[in-house]
Formats: sequence, structure tokens, C-alpha cells
Amino acid sequence: MSDHSIAERSTYTEYHPRWLRRRPSTYWWLERRAYLSFITRELSSIFIAWFVVYLLLFVRAVSLGHARYLEFVVWSRHPVVMVLNVVTLFFVVFHAVTWFNLAPKAMVVHLRGKRLPASLISASNYGAWVVTTAVLLWLVLGG
Amino acid sequence: MAPTHDVLIVGGGGAGLRAAIAIAETNPRLRVAVLSKVYPMRSHTVSAEGGAAGVARADDSLDEHAYDTISGGDWMSDQDAVEAFVKEAPQELLRLEHWGCPWSRESNGHIAVRPFGGMKKMRTWFAADKTGFHLLHTLFQTSLKYTGVVRYDEWFATRLLVDDGRVQGVVAIELMSGKVEAITASAVIICTGGCGRVFPFTTNAAIKTGDGMALAYRAGAPLKDMEFVQYHPTGLPFTGILITEAARAEGGHLINKDGYRYLQDYDLGKPEPKPVLRSMELGPRDRLSQAFMQEVAKGRTIDTEYGPVVHLDLRHLGKKVITTKLPLVRELCLKYEARDPITDLIPVRPVVHYMMGGIHTDMDGATPIAGLYAAGEAACVSINGANRLGSNSLTELLVFGARAGRAAAEFASSSDDHGATVAAQTKDEQRRLDDGFLRREGGRERLATLRVEMQKTMEGCAGIYRTGDALAKGVDALGVLQERACNVALDDHSRTFNTERITALEFSFMLDVAQAMVASALGREESRGAHQRTDFPKRDDQRFLAHSLAHRADGGACRIEYTPVAITRWPPAERVYGR
Amino acid sequence: MADTITIQVARYRPEEEGVQTLQDYEVPCPKDWVVLDGLNYIKDRLDGSLSFRWSCRMGVCGSCGMTVNGEPKLTCETFLSEYAGGPVRVEPLRNFPIIRDLVVEIGDFMRKLVRVKPWIVRDHEKPVAEGEYLQTPDQLDEFKQFSMCINCMLCYSACPIYGLEPAFIGPAAIALAQRYNLDSRDEGSHERLEILSEHDGIWGCTFVGECTQVCPKHVDPAGAIQRYKLTAALEGLKSFVLPRSAR
Repeated sequence: MSDHSIAERSTYTEYHPRWLRRRPSTYWWLERRAYLSFITRELSSIFIAWFVVYLLLFVRAVSLGHARYLEFVVWSRHPVVMVLNVVTLFFVVFHAVTWFNLAPKAMVVHLRGKRLPASLISASNYGAWVVTTAVLLWLVLGG
Repeated sequence: MAPTHDVLIVGGGGAGLRAAIAIAETNPRLRVAVLSKVYPMRSHTVSAEGGAAGVARADDSLDEHAYDTISGGDWMSDQDAVEAFVKEAPQELLRLEHWGCPWSRESNGHIAVRPFGGMKKMRTWFAADKTGFHLLHTLFQTSLKYTGVVRYDEWFATRLLVDDGRVQGVVAIELMSGKVEAITASAVIICTGGCGRVFPFTTNAAIKTGDGMALAYRAGAPLKDMEFVQYHPTGLPFTGILITEAARAEGGHLINKDGYRYLQDYDLGKPEPKPVLRSMELGPRDRLSQAFMQEVAKGRTIDTEYGPVVHLDLRHLGKKVITTKLPLVRELCLKYEARDPITDLIPVRPVVHYMMGGIHTDMDGATPIAGLYAAGEAACVSINGANRLGSNSLTELLVFGARAGRAAAEFASSSDDHGATVAAQTKDEQRRLDDGFLRREGGRERLATLRVEMQKTMEGCAGIYRTGDALAKGVDALGVLQERACNVALDDHSRTFNTERITALEFSFMLDVAQAMVASALGREESRGAHQRTDFPKRDDQRFLAHSLAHRADGGACRIEYTPVAITRWPPAERVYGR
Repeated sequence: MADTITIQVARYRPEEEGVQTLQDYEVPCPKDWVVLDGLNYIKDRLDGSLSFRWSCRMGVCGSCGMTVNGEPKLTCETFLSEYAGGPVRVEPLRNFPIIRDLVVEIGDFMRKLVRVKPWIVRDHEKPVAEGEYLQTPDQLDEFKQFSMCINCMLCYSACPIYGLEPAFIGPAAIALAQRYNLDSRDEGSHERLEILSEHDGIWGCTFVGECTQVCPKHVDPAGAIQRYKLTAALEGLKSFVLPRSAR
């Protein structure tokens, strides 16, 4: 494919001016509120990862028998772990909410030739979340 | 030395890009280049709003489109060119549809058409109210398919190279680096658009400074029909931003300070609740602008800090029509006038919009200089005559852009090397641009001051109504400005992206074009279409059923000649609207 | 309101001091003036050496994008009265190399635009004599929004990924690819898929969303990209699960 601009072909001569290239600062994410909330959203994945690890440890403790399970519960009561898990809960909810709010951007659904409104897509995601939670709670606590 | 390109197209708007695609499709082995002082998607085609005309409906015919165009042009249109134009129009618009242009549609999927000023039938294809934008972006993006087309983005052509009566290319400045180079070609097509910026109030963008017209004029090509300047009846005061004719086509009314639809007083028909084609607000643009001036004289217009205005009333169209068919109009009114057309009246006034005149070409875009072609607003074929109908010019870009492209390609394929004096001419030009601008010390005049004076002069002598006295004074005033222009003081002596030097060059182009316009207007002692002389108020077919040709004479003066209009099947008749 | 306002312009003259400096100018500010009017006043009356791009002054050509008080804006649509009192700081668009003063180099975008094939791709072209491709108003609405892009580059300026990773293909290029993908007349989605699924294609985007925020024409490039991520992911899955039926 041929070059479209003669300027690109010229070498650094008297006639090729020096362009000024400014690198973004390391603290670019502090410059705008939108960037900061984006970084927070991204950081939440670290807590999601911790949540998964915690869950795996929990499953392992349960499978190794009653004694190991009790040790695990005592360890979970440690203030650091408690605080960490509370913060993690906050970030998991934050992560889910931001995800559901952004879902309509990615999912464009057509019904009988018309686009479904964004609020409906969001609402159905939340709805599915609530229903799944309710069913699981019923399974675990009730039946 | 062999030229670098076979065809060089100066100007990257609708006409230029269409020409490039035409050559790339019909003759892929030719080396084509497009040179533009802005990136192509910034070209002024992008601002066009209303639509592009082409016969589309079964109840319409080519002859009717031709008649509307010819009568709209007050019989100054070359009828053979008009016949070719109306014939190729629908095909060109369809070709654009195939390339992806998002034309608005009927519910059954077919192309929709809307009524437009001066047209007896509905034949204006449209893409909401951003037709020019979609047309330009479709053409530009389609042109990217043809990787052989070389583009010189942000190069400013300063001079046409002509040797032995044949065009050899151009000398141009690369804006980014400031270097001046000759770009040689066997054929050159000028598609640089109009020259609205010689006037103070215009819909035209900053870049519309008549560059190509002046280049051709200085090289010896005549400029035709330069006295015919179209005022668009509805531009916003202060900014001059265009409010498309489509607003009136959808049913908008023009009312004066008494809320009265004043056009009924000017032989344009009787007011009806729904728009009637070729009547009232759908009359031709020259008559509507003239009606405004007469209302001003009668004291029936509204005074604002930016001069007299009338009101455009769209309230009765309703929210749905305005938001679907006129979204850009609403956006512009809200942003620049803080008024919502759904609930408020919009202040409007006539503003300079289009040059019917331009470089003299034949039906294939060829000028009298061998190898030099022109298309689009920069050219004058002429199909628009003394007054252009709205929506004919976007189609004109396509039809004549393609024709000029094909004609230039044929010329280039059969030509041989010339250009012995190219190197010398280039050196000359390099010296003029460097010494004359960058290295010039002293100078007493400020560029902006001279430009404002030129614009004021043009508004005063070459407005909607003209007199011989004012025009003669205008000729003198422009002569003085030409002299003062040699004494301009520049602040910017650098090379890198020196826009002040470009502005100074554009100003000198504008002065040349302005002189041609005023001289042509002084010579035409009649009133026809957009050229109205209060000292010669009648149309004079005996003496002036002819195109004016402005030649550059020695010493910068302008010599006017006349050439007859081509009449084929429609003998000159009375122009009738509203009856 | 005061009669004048201070405009602080970031100057860069490679042939002179060679670094970026801020220069103050006092300009009048009538209520109708936009930032561009202020810049033109500076150029006409105060300092002709100020270089900037502009053309249509009605928000449709995309030439006059600059950073105004830290925000990417079209200076022809930004009123001086919004910054009553001032100063108004005008800098060139971020994330692009600066050629001079307020003029940036956009060649990178021009090359990326060509890569996404922004034209109608069809296996078989219908001859013009057979008329138009039928397209209902609903089909037009599918891609209409993405066709509104004026190539002003404000989205590239707002995108932190483009600033950190200049190889990222960027919001406008992807939005324009989607404009054609979703056009009922186009058959080139699979060709564009290859280019857009590269590492620096859509997967470079982490959905910051600022591109949509600053877009003056409400194109919603972020939406275009996220939607395309879903499409590309499904295509990827299809070609993995059913390799022969996927193109």
C-alpha cells in the first residue's frame, strides 16, 4: 500500500520540522474524575481475584474435614481478614453494578425490528442477578 | 523531464474526489494525485445541507428538471450542458448510494426525495439535513479504496505552471515544512470551490478564497459570469451560518416584523398552508433575497445589532418533523442563536452563498488552456446561469467532477513531455514566496484591515442591488487595495506551518477574483437573475443573452468580452413563479 | 460581565525557542463570541504568528479541535462566555505530536482509517442501472449514528489508552468500521474482523468511556467498540467450535 503523504517520505532535512511529542504523565489518572473512576473500576478486579482465592481456600478447608474447617473460620475472624472481606464485598458489588450499567453498550438486542431500550437490558441483567441470588439462597437456606 | 503525475487535481472536495475516483476507475494505470490545502474531509462540501437533485420519480422527467434549471438561471444556462447534466444526475446519485451514502429513505426502502426551491417536482435526494457531509465522507472514504491515488494533504498551490500554452503542473507550499516545490503533471483539474470570503457575511468557510479561480485567471484562462453571486435567503445573522432551504421545503414561512408572509407581495404566488412548488418560500433564491432588500427599504424588517433580519417560522412543522428531517437546523439554532425552532422564530437574512461564475469550461470541464480543467463551484460550465437552484450544485460536483476527470485522463494519456521552463518558473516562485513574504521587512499595512476593507467594498458595490456608480467606485477601491497589499506587514517569518503567509496569498487571490467580479458586474448593463442593476432594471436579451468573460490584462486590469449562451430547445421566456 | 478576557495560548515554534510556552492575550468577549473568534482576533489584530486550523465555524468540518481548560473541544462551538472571568487556556489536542502552536499531526489517524476499510465491500456489485439497494429507515438507523463522525479527533485526545499506547487503533476508526459493518448494504464484516481483532484493535480498549463523553456529534464510539467486542468474541467462539462454517 502506497504512502499517502509525501511528508512521511521526507528524511530529516532543513525542511522537516521537529514535532513536539509529550508523554502522558505517570499520574494521568488523577487528571480527570472520569479517569479516576475508571481506575477504581479496574482495581476492583484485584479484589475479585482475592474473593476467588478466598472461596477456593474455603472449599479446600471444608473438604479437608471439620477440624480444618474450624481453623479456617477462626482465621477468617482475624480483623485484617474481616476488613479485607468487607472491602472486597464493596468492590464486588461495585464491579457488578458498573458491569450491568455498561452491558447495554455491548448488547444491542432487536425484537421485531426495533431496538430494545438500554434500560431494559440493564434491568434484565439486574433481574437475572436478583433471581439467581434468590434461588441460591432458597437452595442453601431453605430446601 | 517527465511529469510526476498524469493528472493533478487541485482541491479535495466533492468535485475533486469524484474526479479522482473517475480516473482511478476508468484508467487505473494513470498516476493521479489530489492536492488540497486542507485534509479532504474538511473541504467546504461538508457544510452543504439540503440535498442533491436528480430525477427520481415516475411522474418527473429530464426535460422538466432541465426547464426548471434553465428558467431558474434566467436563461443564462448553456442548454446543451444542462441536458447532459440532468441526464447523468440520477446515475451519479445512484452511484453514490452504491458507495454507501446514507440517503434518507421512504418506508419501503426506496430513496426519498423532497421539494426544493424553484423545482416544479420533487427531485431532491437528501441525507437528513447533512447531505454535503455525508456526500463528502462517502466520496472520501470510497477514494481510500484506490491506493494508487497519491494525496498531498495540506499543500497550498500558489501558481499554475504553464509552458508553451500547456499546463505543466503547479508550484505549491507544503504547509507543514514550508518548503516550496513544483508538482508536475500532464493535466491539472481545478476543484477549489467558490470565493464567498470576499464578502463580509457568507455561509462559506474560511477556506473559500477563490484560490483556483485566481490561479487559472493569472495563467490566462478567462473567468465567466463572475457578476452572478448568489445570496442564500436564510443565513443566521452575525455568523452567517446556513439554514438550509430544506427548512422552507418542509413548510417553513418567511415573515417580516408584522408576522406577514411578505413574499406574496413580490409576484411569487399566494400563501397556502402547505408549501407549493415554485411558489412563495419555494421560489428561486435570487428573488427571495431581493424581496428581503425591498422589505428593508420599506422598513418592515426587524432591526438587530447585526443588521436587519426577518424571521423563519418553523413552529407549525411540529417536533417530529423538525427532529427527524431538520436536526442540524435545530442544533445550529440552539447553539448559535439560543433559540429552538420548535418554539421560537429564527432570525435570518440573506448571506452570500455561491458563485454561479467561475473558470470558463466546456461540458467536459476543459478550459481554453491545454491540459487545464475545472469542475465544481470553481468552474462555470454554465448550468446554473444567472441563478442557481438549490440542490443542483451537489449533483454538479458529481456529474462534472466525473466528466472533467475522464476528459483530463484522456488528455493525459495522449500527451508527451514538455516543460522546458518549469524549473525556471519554479525558482521564480520560490523566490517570490520566500523573499516576498518570509524575508520581507517593514510594511505598514495589517492584513486583516485590508481584508475587512475589501469585504466592505464588495458588500457596498456588488451586493444584491447594484448601480454603475458604486461599481465604478468599487473598481477603483479594489485597485487601491491591490497596491496597498504589496505593503502588508507579516508577523510570522517562520517556515513551519506558517498560516499567515497562506492568509496573505489567499488575500491576493481574493483581490484578483473580486476585481473580475466587479468589472463583470459593471459591464453587464441589465438585470438578470442574481445580478440586479437599479440603473438597468430590465432583462436585455438583445445585448446581454451572453456570458461575460473576464480576462486578466496587462497591469492587472480586467478586460471583459462576451460569448453567446447555447440555446437548444428552450427559447428565452419570462420567468414565472407562483402562477 | 467584563469587556475582555485573557486567553492563554500554548505556543510552540520549532524554529525559535523550540519548547512549549504559554502566552497571554487580552481579547474582547461579546456574548456571541466563541473561542475561535478570540483566536482569530489574536491572529488578525495582536499576533499574526499564531497558527491554528479552522474552516467551517459551524461544527461540521472537524478542523478546530483543541484543548480548552483541559477539555478537548471544538473551538467553534465553545463560547467564551462559558469561561466568564477567564483565563481561558487553549492548548493543542493531547496525544498527538505538535507541529506548531495549536496544530497537531493527525497522519496516524489517517493511516488507521484506511486500515479498517471504511467503504462498502461487496461480493457482487449491482449495476447502477438496476437502481438503489433497498434500505428501510430502520436499517438506516442501525448505523446512522456512527456515520456522524466528523473526524475531529477529540475522542483520540480524550482516550488515555491512545496516549499511553499510540499503536491503539482508536475510537473513531473503530466507530467508522462499525458504521460499515452495520450498513445493510455492506458485506465486509469478516474482512474488518481480522484487522480489528488484533491486539491493538478493539482489545486495546478498556472502556474508559471518555471518547463518548467528549464526542461533539454524539457518535458514541465507546458503544461501538463494546458492541463490536461482543460480536468479535462470538465470532471467535464460533470459529473455534464450528471451524468449517465460520468464514
